[in-house]
Amino acid sequence: MTEQEAGITEELAAEHGLSAQEYRRIPEILGRTPTLTELGIFSAMWSEHCSYKSSRRWLRTLPSEAPHVIQGPGENAGVVDVGDGLAAVFKIESHNHPSFIEPRQGAATGVGGIMRDVFTMGARPIANLNALRFGDPDHPRTRHLVSGVVSGIGGYGNCVGVPTVAGEVNFHPAYNGNILVNAMTVGLARTDRIFRSAAHGPGNPVIYVGARTGRDGIHGATMASAGFSEEAEARRPTVQVGDPFVEKLLLEACLELMAEDAIIAIQDMGAAGLTSSSVEMAGKGGLGMELDLDAVPVREEAMTAYELMLSESQERMLMVIRPEAERTARGIFRRWELDFAVIGTLTTTGRLTVSRKGRVEADIPIDPMVDQAPEYDRPWTATPMPAPLDADAVPAPDSTRQALETLITSPDLASRRWIWEQYDWMVMNDTLGEPGGDAAVVRVRDTTRALALTVDCTPRYCAAHPETGGAQAVAEAWRNITATGARPLAITNNLNFGNPERPEIMGQLVGCIAGMRRAARELGFPVVSGNVSLYNETDGEAILPTPVIGGVGLLDDISRRAVLRIANAGEILVLVGETTGWLGQSLYLREVIGREDGAPPPVDLASERANGDLVRALIADGLVTACHDLSDGGLVVAVAEMLIASNGVGAELNNETGLPLHSFLFGEDQGRYLLATPGPGEVIVRARSARVSTAVIGRTTNDGLLTPDSDSPIPVDVLRSLHEAWLPRYMQGG
Amino acid sequence: MRSVIILFPGTNRSRDMTMAIRRVSPHAPRLVRHHETDLPATDLIVLPGGFAYGDYLRAGAMAARAPVMRAVVEQARRGVMVLGVCNGFQVLTEVGLLPGALMRNAGLAFTCRTVTLDVATTSSPFTAGYGAARTITLPVANNDGNFHADEETLDRLEGEDLVALRYVDPTLSNGSVRRIAGILNPERTVLGLMPHPENAIDRETGGEDGLVLFRSLAGLFR
Repeated sequence: MTEQEAGITEELAAEHGLSAQEYRRIPEILGRTPTLTELGIFSAMWSEHCSYKSSRRWLRTLPSEAPHVIQGPGENAGVVDVGDGLAAVFKIESHNHPSFIEPRQGAATGVGGIMRDVFTMGARPIANLNALRFGDPDHPRTRHLVSGVVSGIGGYGNCVGVPTVAGEVNFHPAYNGNILVNAMTVGLARTDRIFRSAAHGPGNPVIYVGARTGRDGIHGATMASAGFSEEAEARRPTVQVGDPFVEKLLLEACLELMAEDAIIAIQDMGAAGLTSSSVEMAGKGGLGMELDLDAVPVREEAMTAYELMLSESQERMLMVIRPEAERTARGIFRRWELDFAVIGTLTTTGRLTVSRKGRVEADIPIDPMVDQAPEYDRPWTATPMPAPLDADAVPAPDSTRQALETLITSPDLASRRWIWEQYDWMVMNDTLGEPGGDAAVVRVRDTTRALALTVDCTPRYCAAHPETGGAQAVAEAWRNITATGARPLAITNNLNFGNPERPEIMGQLVGCIAGMRRAARELGFPVVSGNVSLYNETDGEAILPTPVIGGVGLLDDISRRAVLRIANAGEILVLVGETTGWLGQSLYLREVIGREDGAPPPVDLASERANGDLVRALIADGLVTACHDLSDGGLVVAVAEMLIASNGVGAELNNETGLPLHSFLFGEDQGRYLLATPGPGEVIVRARSARVSTAVIGRTTNDGLLTPDSDSPIPVDVLRSLHEAWLPRYMQGG
Repeated sequence: MRSVIILFPGTNRSRDMTMAIRRVSPHAPRLVRHHETDLPATDLIVLPGGFAYGDYLRAGAMAARAPVMRAVVEQARRGVMVLGVCNGFQVLTEVGLLPGALMRNAGLAFTCRTVTLDVATTSSPFTAGYGAARTITLPVANNDGNFHADEETLDRLEGEDLVALRYVDPTLSNGSVRRIAGILNPERTVLGLMPHPENAIDRETGGEDGLVLFRSLAGLFR
């Protein structure tokens, strides 16, 4: 036993985030006490982040199959067939904790990491999206965090030259101590050229490419260690720092090499860096791997095996290539001025063997480490369904106009232009229209097709009743894609929750997944990739349960699509879907009345599907000139958003439902769309035969006024300037 | 029209530029990398947008010193047309083919939006096609689009009719002096501009006003 091993104790393991019980498995697997490097490797692989130990048993229950699914969960990203021999490759991932500590670099490296996940699979990234949650706008840190996160996301994606096309942002005090930064990337690859991580061919070289390794981000996947005080200074854990310029070079070099017949397996070095990438590649291939850490390109002196295995330096990849292709590969990376180093070989031992300066620092049987990773069935308690609000209990506003103005200037609904103007949303020439519609539409180059992309979640619904909220998030993504005319294909999810060791939090996770499962199954919208971020809490205060859904849909013909913008006066506004005036958990209730209570709107998946299928068919048949899904703020907010996106068009609304005006205008019943059409007759006939409930609720005008009821016409220009003003004014400190 | 697109490490709008040139010319542009020292015979050299060398040090500063730039300058001196867009414009000022400098945007943030521009002169091979329709719409997407030059230079640019494009709304000019969005060299063979004509080549995306510029150029080399 070396001096180092003598110090390996349960206490040290606890500092690495391993419980005593978890730690005891390690000597059992190894047949001896682990070295420090081995302890580091086990702790990273068994961390919540890498092992999904609290969520795995529940994630398995999500549907992940469909005829168009080429690759479901378990790879770097999900893959679906989009026709013409092409596939969409996509995933969403969180970078919550680093973004709270250092918003600019935290968000930037989140974007960098998710782009690598996508191009690792052989896809050129064509779009970035993001889902952000910040604390109360009045909280002293919020402004700084918004500014840093936005500039980090923009700074990275803009430099790499991938358009950031859509996103969502909410503000709520529950995120004061834990913001959420979830980044999604969508890429396009040839279906016959998808790259995976399982390594094959004992004796084949293991190659390290990209940026050099430093001491940044050590323990990113576990906890900071303070165990060895004399080494603490040398092991300073820091937030990773991104270099989008190197990422751009790495992207081009990898895609260039992928066009050759050279790569057998490839994996990006993300969380837990060299550790997780080597274990993943060798483990999936049923092989072993020998790594010579002396060959790893470094940018800091005297790094130990422990540090090299756990560094989370960015913009690095691990590959196994055909030996005869080494010269070609080296030439490509040299031309892109990137490091290229053979750092190991594949073996038949089934062990990960790591040496440094001639000494074996780790020698771990891979399968037992992976198979015996902890998995928990944590106790959970379900959140009971709150009593529905009695309609009479929700007062009407003093004035409809005032209520509408309050809503469209509220932090959750105000224009996001200040944010998306900092993102290059047009590079690559395939983004159709400005951000801000229901789903972004990005052309598939050299075809008539396009992808419709969205990210969605309504955390206040999830908090009130997780199962309803989980289903609603999936349904809303499906609806946003449908509102453009596209066919929803598949989703990626980012499950952001508090501490799963608390039964009520675990209950939120279980409930949201149950809702997602139900919706994904009934809408035919499988989950093909995802990420889980737990322990989002500070001083026992958890975030709202936030299962973010990233949705991808396919539009067969870009000339048959719908947009928010209404082109003409004199068209009829048709509301698709049933309106009951549901105000429980609505934004109206929160922003205008000042309450957050009641049951969230129910999600009826059968009518969701019927309504969406009808709307998609109407758009494809050219019967619809504009379309918007109804969500936060209800009908009148949807109308306002459509008019704000238009030029000089107004609208008059009629409430013939018999409901009180405020529940008609502000209710958040699900599964609804607002259509503008010159031919309502045919729309209604088609709806009847599809047994979909529709109502003519108004018409468009040329007076530039939104008239929700005859007493209160509101100039759209006024709404637009109010809507645009909130965020810039807030960011200026006003 | 034969064309060459220069690729620096970090260039990211070469695909967009290729798409634009393909719309007006049957000849695909040749891509020439930063370390080359010779250029093929060409009618047009394009320095496209992006973040050459990460824009570290100063936007365009390191690219201006790349080996290929010596050949670009030489060809430009011989009268070959040179178009520098965004990062390419920054490189042209750094290498001295155009005067002035592009500084950090006045709002200190990256800005991506559609802006309205005045075509300030149509007497150039780049802008001749705009004819009477002098107000156009093009997107901008940059971090360092704030054009500056000393008063004497600005007076000379205006006196010799070398300002090609101006922002209509001074609040959307990222701080550029005299609303300048693009300038020509005295021979009118080199154009540098911050807006992206290559991102305005079809109605589905950024409009078609950018296509006119490429058509004007291609028309010279039929």
